[in-house]
Amino acid sequence: MATLTRATSASLTSGRLPSWVTGLLLSVAILGSATFFLAVGSPGLLRILFTGALIFASVMMVASLAVEGRRRAKDRLSGIVVTSAFVLALLPLISLVLSVVRYGSQRFDLQFFIYSMRSVVGEGGGAAHAITGTLWVTGLATVISVPIGILAAIYLVEYGTGPLARSITFFVDVMTGIPSIVAGLFAYSVFVLIFGPGTESGLAGAVALSVLMMPVVVRSTEELLRVVPNELREAAYALGVPKWLTVLKVVLPTALAGIVTGVMLAVARVIGETAPLLIAAGFTQSLNNNPLSGPMMTLPVFVYRSYVDQGSPASAYLERAWAGALTLILIVMILNLAGRLVAARFAPKSGR
Amino acid sequence: MPDFHGAVASDVDDRGKGGTTIQHGTVRRLGDRVFQALSTWSGVAILIMLALVATFLVWQGMPALTTPADELPYGAFPQFVAPLLFGTIWTAVLALIMAVPVAVSVALFISYYAPRGLAASLGYVIDLLAAVPSVVYGLWGIGVLAPALQPSFVWLARHLGFIPLFAGPPSGTGRTILTVAVVLAVMILPIVTALSREVFLQTPRLHEEAALALGATRWEMITIAVLPFARPGIISASMLGLGRALGETMVVAMVLSPSAVISFALLTSQHPGTIAANIVLSFPESYGLGVNQLIATGLVLFVITLAVNMIARGIVDRHREFSGAN
Repeated sequence: MATLTRATSASLTSGRLPSWVTGLLLSVAILGSATFFLAVGSPGLLRILFTGALIFASVMMVASLAVEGRRRAKDRLSGIVVTSAFVLALLPLISLVLSVVRYGSQRFDLQFFIYSMRSVVGEGGGAAHAITGTLWVTGLATVISVPIGILAAIYLVEYGTGPLARSITFFVDVMTGIPSIVAGLFAYSVFVLIFGPGTESGLAGAVALSVLMMPVVVRSTEELLRVVPNELREAAYALGVPKWLTVLKVVLPTALAGIVTGVMLAVARVIGETAPLLIAAGFTQSLNNNPLSGPMMTLPVFVYRSYVDQGSPASAYLERAWAGALTLILIVMILNLAGRLVAARFAPKSGR
Repeated sequence: MPDFHGAVASDVDDRGKGGTTIQHGTVRRLGDRVFQALSTWSGVAILIMLALVATFLVWQGMPALTTPADELPYGAFPQFVAPLLFGTIWTAVLALIMAVPVAVSVALFISYYAPRGLAASLGYVIDLLAAVPSVVYGLWGIGVLAPALQPSFVWLARHLGFIPLFAGPPSGTGRTILTVAVVLAVMILPIVTALSREVFLQTPRLHEEAALALGATRWEMITIAVLPFARPGIISASMLGLGRALGETMVVAMVLSPSAVISFALLTSQHPGTIAANIVLSFPESYGLGVNQLIATGLVLFVITLAVNMIARGIVDRHREFSGAN
């Protein structure tokens, strides 16, 4: 400690730890804990990191208290805590991605994408029926919810005032929090009422998903429409363009990139929904290309059923489940990335 | 020239909202009327949708409440729903206790500690956690997390077993209510983080700069200027996270093998299920009144999450009106 104070007691920076101390202490602490655990004979990355962080925090605290005083020590502690919280939050993401890639790649082959599970017992088979089902159900849900969602957002931004608009905004927000299983039960009861008991179909699944998707579309579209510069609308009005054409030809094209992004993110959100599809669309082993009748398999349900309904050998079913999970994650990530790219690439230039 | 008046009206009525401009006294074209009706009814359709969800759940759930108990496949409704309701709330609260401190710290890290240029991408990385489908979390929970946590459960039960929460015998598989709560905490972390960051963005910059100018350290600036302002926002973010955790289905259904008990013990293999997970697990085999009973439990879940969400949104909205930030 004494050397530290002497080294820094000259100028404006007196009473502060020099900036290299953090890096030095951190690496010493991690190295120390690594050697300790290696010597004990139980090396584990998490253990080493955790102990290293504890050692670092306590040494840093002592040093900072001695040199910098209580207030700065507190500040440093907060920095350490907050940073470790972030690292802690990253750990599950890293672990999850690594394990999905590791277990999922075993059956991530061509057969997985061109075979269904019809009369497949044990090894082999694939998720072709689930992938087509997911395309059908999500596609239908998009067709149902996107027009209504965008029009509702147009109402909220261009026309809506007063209690109706306020309550729509409020309940759209509330709807984003509806548990997905409730949407599934709703779609199931509607279709049972119309087509009789025990009805499961792709369309019912699509209705369930659109209940979940609609509020997301409204929210994102509304945000986008609100940032369209008002000058554009006024210019159109000044040229005598009627309001509806102004919205269609001026406002919507300006916000189009953002709306496309919003829709892609909404699709990414519902494409992984399992519970509502399990109830409303059911599950099957074979390809079903008719969303109006008969159960329809979807990718998330395929993952779930492969896990729950393990046959023999169990490893074949587990590998298919993980391969399905990998496919699902890839689809979601691609949709997310593509959405961000569209948003970044075609973002409207703001007026100022 | 009636349209000219419309244009003038829109100029006069410039309130930065882009709407509400065509006043009466002008001729309204057919296209305008059709388009306005179309978009208004789309807005109303969303309200109708929500009302329909409630109506159908009540309608289909009612038989479970009115039929005598001995005709119901799952027994009398209150006794049937009580352990599930307890399990639902208990797992969600546990997840919330774990998630909120971490989530708020992460939001603080991204907003105030991380390098400026990195902040957006770090936020995006955290958002990726929300993009992972729940069924994948379920697989990860059983396949990776439960076996990894199991030794520490044994350790906890041996050394802290005198606390009722950690009482043994510990589960041999690691598939306990604590594992579920950890996964749920990971799942609700991104939404709490994202909303907290939004609130931190709204904190008046001048307050922050004033605190720093008076010689406050970064942490003191946060406690003086940021946290008091952000508290209502953090509370409502937590409640929205709670709503998510209450309704989360697949993770619980896959990780737990529930029994109809009410127990606070975290580490044993005797634990209650949750409403949502029970619906998924029982639905394929249920028939007749059993389906009605499951839908009735779904109605209970719907009412609870609706209430939680409405309170949370109410706090956010009230807060938004008072803050001068937007």
